Amino acid sequence: MKSHRVLGTLATVLLLAAPVAPVAAQAPIKIGEINSFSGIGAPFTGPYRQAVEMAVEEVNAKGGVLGRKLEVVFRDDKGQPAEAQKHAQELVASEKVALISGTFLSNVGLAVSDWAKQNRVLFVAAEPLTEALTWAKGHDHVFRVRPNTYEQGRMLAEKAAKLTSAKWATIGPNYEYGKRAWETFRDRLKELRPETQIVGEHWPTLGKIEPSQFVTAILAQSPDALYVSLFGSDWIAFVREADKRGLFKKMFVVGILLGEPEYIDPLKLEAPEGMLVTGYPWYDLQLPAHKEFVAKFMKRTDKNPVLGSLVGYITYLSIAEAIRKAGSTDTDKLVAAFRGLKVETPIGSITFRASDGQSTMGAWVGTTKLDAKRGVGVLINYEYVPGDRVLPSDDEVKKMRIGN
Amino acid sequence: MSPSLVLIQLLSGLAHAMVLFLIASGLSLIFGVTRIVNFAHGSFYMLAAYLTYTLAATLPLGAAAFYVAVLLAAASVGLTGLGVEVTLLRRVYRAPELYQLLLTFALVLVVADLVKLCWGSENLTGPAAPGLAGSVAIAGQLFPTYDLALIALGPLVAAGLWWLFYRTRWGVVIRAATQDREMVAVLGVDQARLFTSVFALGSFLAGLGGALQVPRQALTNVMDASIITEAFVVVVVGGMGSLPGALLAAVLIGVIDAFGVLVLPRASLVMTFVVMAVVLIVRPWGLLGGPPAPQRTAAAAVVTAGAVRLPRRWVAAVLAVLIAAPPLLPTFHVWVLVEILAFALFAASLQLLMGTGGMVSFGHAATFGLGAYGAALLVTWTKAPMLLAFAAAPLAAAAGAALYGYFCVRLSSIYFAMLTLAFAQIAFAIVHQWYDVTGGDNGLLGIWPAAWLAGPLAYYYLALAACGGGVALLARIGRAPFGLTLRAARDHARRAETVGINIRLHQWLAFVVAGFFGGLAGGAFVFLKGSVFPNLLAVPMSVEPLVMVLLGGVQAPAGAAVGAAIYKLLDTVATKYTEYWQLVLGAVLILLVLVFPRGVLGVLGDRRA
Repeated sequence: MKSHRVLGTLATVLLLAAPVAPVAAQAPIKIGEINSFSGIGAPFTGPYRQAVEMAVEEVNAKGGVLGRKLEVVFRDDKGQPAEAQKHAQELVASEKVALISGTFLSNVGLAVSDWAKQNRVLFVAAEPLTEALTWAKGHDHVFRVRPNTYEQGRMLAEKAAKLTSAKWATIGPNYEYGKRAWETFRDRLKELRPETQIVGEHWPTLGKIEPSQFVTAILAQSPDALYVSLFGSDWIAFVREADKRGLFKKMFVVGILLGEPEYIDPLKLEAPEGMLVTGYPWYDLQLPAHKEFVAKFMKRTDKNPVLGSLVGYITYLSIAEAIRKAGSTDTDKLVAAFRGLKVETPIGSITFRASDGQSTMGAWVGTTKLDAKRGVGVLINYEYVPGDRVLPSDDEVKKMRIGN
Repeated sequence: MSPSLVLIQLLSGLAHAMVLFLIASGLSLIFGVTRIVNFAHGSFYMLAAYLTYTLAATLPLGAAAFYVAVLLAAASVGLTGLGVEVTLLRRVYRAPELYQLLLTFALVLVVADLVKLCWGSENLTGPAAPGLAGSVAIAGQLFPTYDLALIALGPLVAAGLWWLFYRTRWGVVIRAATQDREMVAVLGVDQARLFTSVFALGSFLAGLGGALQVPRQALTNVMDASIITEAFVVVVVGGMGSLPGALLAAVLIGVIDAFGVLVLPRASLVMTFVVMAVVLIVRPWGLLGGPPAPQRTAAAAVVTAGAVRLPRRWVAAVLAVLIAAPPLLPTFHVWVLVEILAFALFAASLQLLMGTGGMVSFGHAATFGLGAYGAALLVTWTKAPMLLAFAAAPLAAAAGAALYGYFCVRLSSIYFAMLTLAFAQIAFAIVHQWYDVTGGDNGLLGIWPAAWLAGPLAYYYLALAACGGGVALLARIGRAPFGLTLRAARDHARRAETVGINIRLHQWLAFVVAGFFGGLAGGAFVFLKGSVFPNLLAVPMSVEPLVMVLLGGVQAPAGAAVGAAIYKLLDTVATKYTEYWQLVLGAVLILLVLVFPRGVLGVLGDRRA
């Protein structure tokens, strides 16, 4: 890993030092990629970036699109909306990119999206999860690849409703993501099981959890089940404390995103078993295209893919496909091309809905189990839930987007 | 709440408190003796955690590896602290005290990227502590053995430190230096060696705290930032330089945090800061701290001479360039200039407080944020026209500053700084939590300028008029009788009082004026970005203008503007070309501090004189 970084840096230096060679007959199509390569999103964006680079190399190896190569210009938003928006200005004004892509944190995604709306620039959001991006704050120039909080919350609720648990508690980061992840889950659960009772809600500060206090508080409320939307370092700290206090033996745990390699791998064999989660069982998927994706990614990086890698890969396949379909890098044509765009991806075909720009990429819902051989937690008894099964209808979307 | 719940929650709070105590005691010690506001303390904490992670995995010592790793990591971080003191900090002791703060801020940046380079940015899960990995049943509930060990270790470390301070000669000197540094120097104690040893011990304690967190928390690149503010809170609540105070405050904060979770779950974001604000309002020097020894030289020691007055020709030349150049520049450069203008005014407004007034604020982001939110809320909720909202920004911030400034100006030095931080954090928590009105962390979107001002050049000239005019007004205020009065109060409070100056009233007014211009800067910023988010009120936004003012020179608003330009340009360029922008920015800042130990304008001004 370290040697790769050194090589990467070296290569970058050489590239910068080399005089601009007149290789391509036509200038490349530039795409601006803004993401949190430092700050709170940094642990998750490295594997995303590697997959983006892989996708673009593959597209270019096949001759690029419209006879031109793709070139990605990366910028670090530091996890700050204002910074991301400044990069968007620079990328469009100075680098002349055809469109902006990327972002990880919801508020950063929203800031870039609002800027894109104001300046009529296409923004293809990769990972931010807030539903507002495509609905309450949605507009013509924004599209999103990853299934949002609403979708994932509903997928989990539908599975959880089949269980007997009646008394629920939740713990999540004190952010919109945590709140919405819980509300969508809770509302759907109550629809399906009206007797559902909520005994406690806990909102530790993002990135600063002192888990023991929360574990005690949750145990004292003795719920039958716990819904978790913590992630990253907060989740790791919580697991270690909860495990020692026997929390996982006392209640059923449902966790949004927690089966994704990003969040379950760092726990190694400390990962809790028997949780109902959304995740990404890359090690188990039998689709040939996906097996090929995994093999290529592992060969390239010496690491296994995480969900961010898959999203990054799909995002850039989609962008290439849209440019192809538009036959141009003109924003209006690209926007038109993205409406209803169908893309063949390693996990099957997905569509960017014409009504809201949300892709129909789904998520895998399953149960966690330890895999002693690989030394990490994995997903078993999982099911792939495509996005269109839980997404609201076009009419509902229209109501949510009134006034935008 | 059942008795067993209370007991377990108390123990949970105490375990957290003990780690806090370790870190805070080191910070308190360093500040008490050297007066260095050491932002890098959190970086040392993080460094030790990562070192422990690697050492525990590589040392071939079986179960003992973890414990040896903890000690080795803490010791090497202590040595790192020693190295930093000898090679860097010692060079700027002659500069005004605050320049050491700038240096430690640069170190924060450098260490953050070094950690990223060596260990990557993924979250890491360290080993459990061998032999203490399980839990024991207490009052019918399981409690981690490791946390019990921490609760036992805290008092042991406290006792060790007590012995060191009260039973050794070195300790006597340290206590004396904490009370009156000059007197100790007069008595012939070698200050350089004293400072070095104190810095090494303080860093060791930070390292120990970090190393002991490994079995409890995940390792992240941002764990430095998450601990440093809390450590400062503990130190200030306990009383700067007071070891028993740090212990008491750590326990207080740890336990209040633990029970706050049960009683007011939504207030977890702000609980510690409310506690700090209350303590400081009731006890201006913390729980067990006392008023500092009366200083014999100029009180603030921030500014040596009077205000620097720039030659008119320079000002005219800069103004001419600012007016004439933008139409010739690429669009993006114009946008960067607008951002620099906003920050120049933001920093200049802080300069009035910290330079002219001698009141260092750690919470100036509140004014910027209140201005930005004031404008954004008006646009969002009343559909106010853009210029009206723009004009409301400084008023909103001034009103906020008047409110909390009333309490802040009753305090001095670091206690003043921390109370401003507390209010900034409370404001942050309010905009962050009040989803229905402020949009919470998803912010407010669509706050764009009126159509005729939306183009880069039109908006640039508006920003130039507002921010350039603001800086000019601030310069005028600094030279006016009001500014001179502030300086009198700063340099000799007692004499100023004797001649009939109402110090608090003037400081309060200065606070409101600084708030007004900080808010104007926030207003210029919000229409540049088109959106506003709570992080405009967060700690890094308070640190940035501080760094800018120090970088440019605290003597005049022009220094702040120069500092803002240097900092923003460096940041913009470094971020564009490298993922490791923090390393570049930190290294350049260190160089600048060493070359310009009184700020760029300060040193140039001295040369001219």
